[in-house]
Amino acid sequence: MLAKRIIPCLDICNGRTVKGTNFVNLRDAGDPVELGKLYSQQGADELVFLDITASFEGRKTFTELVGRIASEISIPFTVGGGIHELSDVERLLKAGADKVSINSAALKNPGLIDEIALNFGSQVCVVAIDGKQTPEGWRCFLNGGRVPTDRMLFEWAHEAADRGAGEILFTSMDHDGVKEGYANPALRRLSRELTIPVIASGGAGKMEHFRDAFLLGEADAALAASVFHFAEIPIPELKQYLRGLNISVRL
Amino acid sequence: MNVAIVRYNAGNIHSVIHALDRLGITATLTDSAEELGAADKVIFPGVGEASTTMKYLKQHGLDRIIRNLRQPVLGICLGQQLMCSHSEEGGAGCLGIFDVPVLRFQPSRHEDKVPHMGWNTIQASDPLLFKGFDKPEFVYFVHSFYVPVCSWTAAQTDYIVPFSASLHRDNFYATQFHPEKSGATGERVLQNFLDI
Repeated sequence: MLAKRIIPCLDICNGRTVKGTNFVNLRDAGDPVELGKLYSQQGADELVFLDITASFEGRKTFTELVGRIASEISIPFTVGGGIHELSDVERLLKAGADKVSINSAALKNPGLIDEIALNFGSQVCVVAIDGKQTPEGWRCFLNGGRVPTDRMLFEWAHEAADRGAGEILFTSMDHDGVKEGYANPALRRLSRELTIPVIASGGAGKMEHFRDAFLLGEADAALAASVFHFAEIPIPELKQYLRGLNISVRL
Repeated sequence: MNVAIVRYNAGNIHSVIHALDRLGITATLTDSAEELGAADKVIFPGVGEASTTMKYLKQHGLDRIIRNLRQPVLGICLGQQLMCSHSEEGGAGCLGIFDVPVLRFQPSRHEDKVPHMGWNTIQASDPLLFKGFDKPEFVYFVHSFYVPVCSWTAAQTDYIVPFSASLHRDNFYATQFHPEKSGATGERVLQNFLDI
């Protein structure tokens, strides 16, 4: 049976992981390759590396890092951040990334999704959507939830899928960082309406939240950052727990 | 050991090179008939579209070269599909090494997403490629087309329908999954292939 995926997300600035980590057994927890390897050994199903560096120099550093990750890590990984046009996608795929995640660039230029799908295949194109509940319903936001757009979540997710997105990575800005669980009703609607996989993001604090994302949100994968980085939830324990609930996971 | 990787217009070739590197093998990426013929092992990887890729292979004479290889050959993902008779993807006529068609997944329930993407288990039956696989193991898949179960099925997976996760006939081996992206399990498959 196809396994539900557990995906740690690493924020990268100038080639280093930004959020602190609690791994005492790592020689250099700031090294994304070391941390990624550890997660891979612990049973992470995929990894996401998000470049939050803004500068041109930083982007070069990130591309070099992608090359190191590709040569040393044997599970699929997605990279995001700083992708504005097709040439950015090409640069990162050539460096060895399996998938790219686009967010603001897709909202500003939806045709980029078609271009990526046409040139490299849908399977490399993850469309990330930051959503927030507003009186009119779930709305898409830019810049980490600060700037509202005129696009609504479900309508945009359908358009992204129709244009050739391979997966939707949905982050609820209302739930992100709060650690009280994922936005399960919205996830379920996305998962039921779309024919492509949906990745839940934003809100993981306890193991039960992953259970809910899979059982209530019907998500295909769940992404989290701090609960893994601070070893609040060890991945092997999380997977044992999910398996105990008859949720298909890779052990 | 001299391992050659077929060079053609496909993506994802570098991850195969990296995976072999981790096993201590420096592979040669080539489209030369001589180099491919002289290699101890040949890997035919690929991510792409079937009809476009077949057109490229024919234009460069690689279809004939691959068909005539005598050493162990491993097709990966699109590589496996191209080794079959024909594909529903773009109505492509393929290499015909395995006399079985490639079909598109037809989802019947909303939870059956296409592409089949992620980790799924294989029931392995080939004693060489899956040596040491005594229980179902998880490997990584990304595909929208599949090879039905047939007499050459070397491993089977269930997704929407039971399909061939791997094929074997004579010196030709193939996997629908990506051993180069399947962690330690994938490394065992690659090592088993190198040991054939």
